[in-house]
Amino acid sequence: MSTVQSTPPTQSTSSAGYKPSFLKRSQLWLASHFSIFAAVAVLLYLFLPVAYVFVFSFNDHGKTNIVWRSFTWKHWQDPCRVPGACDSLVVSLEVAIIATVVSCIIGTLMALALVRYQFRGKDASNMLIFVPMATPEIVMGASLLTIFVQGFANIGLDLGFWTIVIAHIMFCISFVVVTVRARILSLDPKIEEAAQDLYAGPLGTFWRVTFPLILPGVLGAAMLAFSLSFDDFIITNFVSGNESTFPKFVYVSAKRGIPAEANVIGFSMFVIAVLLVVGSQGISAWRKSKTA
Amino acid sequence: MSALAAHTPTPAPAGGDEFHTRRNGKMAFLLMLPGLLWLGLFFVLPLYQLFEVSLQSRYPGYPGYYYRDLNFHNYAQALTDYAPHFARSFGYAGLATFFAFVLAYPLAYAMAFKAGKWRGLMMICVIAPFFTSFILRTFAWSQILADEGFVVRFLNFFHLLPSEHIINTPVAVIAGLTYNFLPFMVLPIYASLERADARVIEAGGDLYANGFTTFRTVTLPMSMPGVLAGTLLTFIPAAGDFVNMELLGPQRGKMVGNVINDQFLTVPGGYPIAAALSFTLMAAILILVFLYVRRFGTEELV
Repeated sequence: MSTVQSTPPTQSTSSAGYKPSFLKRSQLWLASHFSIFAAVAVLLYLFLPVAYVFVFSFNDHGKTNIVWRSFTWKHWQDPCRVPGACDSLVVSLEVAIIATVVSCIIGTLMALALVRYQFRGKDASNMLIFVPMATPEIVMGASLLTIFVQGFANIGLDLGFWTIVIAHIMFCISFVVVTVRARILSLDPKIEEAAQDLYAGPLGTFWRVTFPLILPGVLGAAMLAFSLSFDDFIITNFVSGNESTFPKFVYVSAKRGIPAEANVIGFSMFVIAVLLVVGSQGISAWRKSKTA
Repeated sequence: MSALAAHTPTPAPAGGDEFHTRRNGKMAFLLMLPGLLWLGLFFVLPLYQLFEVSLQSRYPGYPGYYYRDLNFHNYAQALTDYAPHFARSFGYAGLATFFAFVLAYPLAYAMAFKAGKWRGLMMICVIAPFFTSFILRTFAWSQILADEGFVVRFLNFFHLLPSEHIINTPVAVIAGLTYNFLPFMVLPIYASLERADARVIEAGGDLYANGFTTFRTVTLPMSMPGVLAGTLLTFIPAAGDFVNMELLGPQRGKMVGNVINDQFLTVPGGYPIAAALSFTLMAAILILVFLYVRRFGTEELV
């Protein structure tokens, strides 16, 4: 390590007389900032296709939206012009909302039972919750198609909206349980005991103590479930029959060229999601600063 | 496997909460019931039905008709006819998992230790691309990597591409898989690094370990639960994927996911072979996961 010698005497103002050479300093600087540069590069990589989707939503394209021709606003003015685009978006949103609500209720109950109670068959239940996450989507889709066609169709459940909802709830449950369970595990059970000591009934304890405490976990799980459901294609493709969700609409039209209206919708969903997340984080930060 | 699922930092066994143990059985059963029913009806039962289908035999003379049987030959046929597809699925998924790890780690590290007040924003940046449908983004990659695109023209300018193409090659498929499942790698690694104590890593430096040694002996072991979860969350969906191959890959040399999808949805009467393929894929993945977790496993995974 070069020390005093390397610096001319006129500049050696530092009291310790320690000043690494320029090379050494830049090396240190690079080493401590390397991960930041790498992180920014990876984030740019993550956003590259999103930027592409955005740019080509303004393309005045011919039959296929592949080569840039000229700028136009028209796809943004009426994204529903293309048949099926907005209908499939509505279906996707409806499915995602129902699947999120139901899977969050079911999953939160399970997470509570798994953390707070000892019962027989707990290991088996844990296993049953884990295995769907380790099962490739295509296997779940194939098995659901088989049972819907060969079993449940006989009792009047045909492929369509409700089979999509059933499938989405199924694959969301495990993720909800895992997310909410992590939150419950981080809580002190003594808080609930204190509530009971203060003569709160079991329901009162749950609604006024337990539930507010696990709510952040449930909200996180809801976000996860919503995005998993909204963007699912592989399972949906198996169980949807003639119903079309937004990913399915995009995939089907990819064969003959995705219309720029799909880019408009996809990019808008991205913006809405970012605004919602930023907004909710802003609100919670503002609340904290007010109470602090 | 149970070590995998158990995840048991269950705090305070019985000790402090005797009021819980009182209501144990019945209450826990009621809480678990809806979920167990749903998973039983729509996960276990369909898998059983798929297993039955995978053992069916054809009616001679009636193409597309099958009868119930114990025809394990379907599995032999699935394995021999589609062995290269399995090899490609696992090979491509393995490579994509490796590349995703290499890309995800610095990002997760920067988020956990360097980002400061930017942490929340970076988190949003990782998740946000999800909301632009992944099919739209994969399709965008097929345009970005196309022969007329700037990536290929740039690389060709320096003669860096032996075949002068990226699109419709396995390289494009692996790139697509890496891209699509990258956030699943970043988030768990970030979660476990965030819980780690930055001072421990500094201590490594204070004890005269160089950067790489500190990383290998301190940082990486601390983030191992996240790395494990991340590699699984990347590898499993990548091995079963068919969309990246369909939109980015070559016409020939598909993956198992493509075969299952085609056999189920477009080939009439392809159910038994497709079912046998599905089961083989699932079993292979579960065995790999089991071995992997046994080798590198920690208690907390899920």
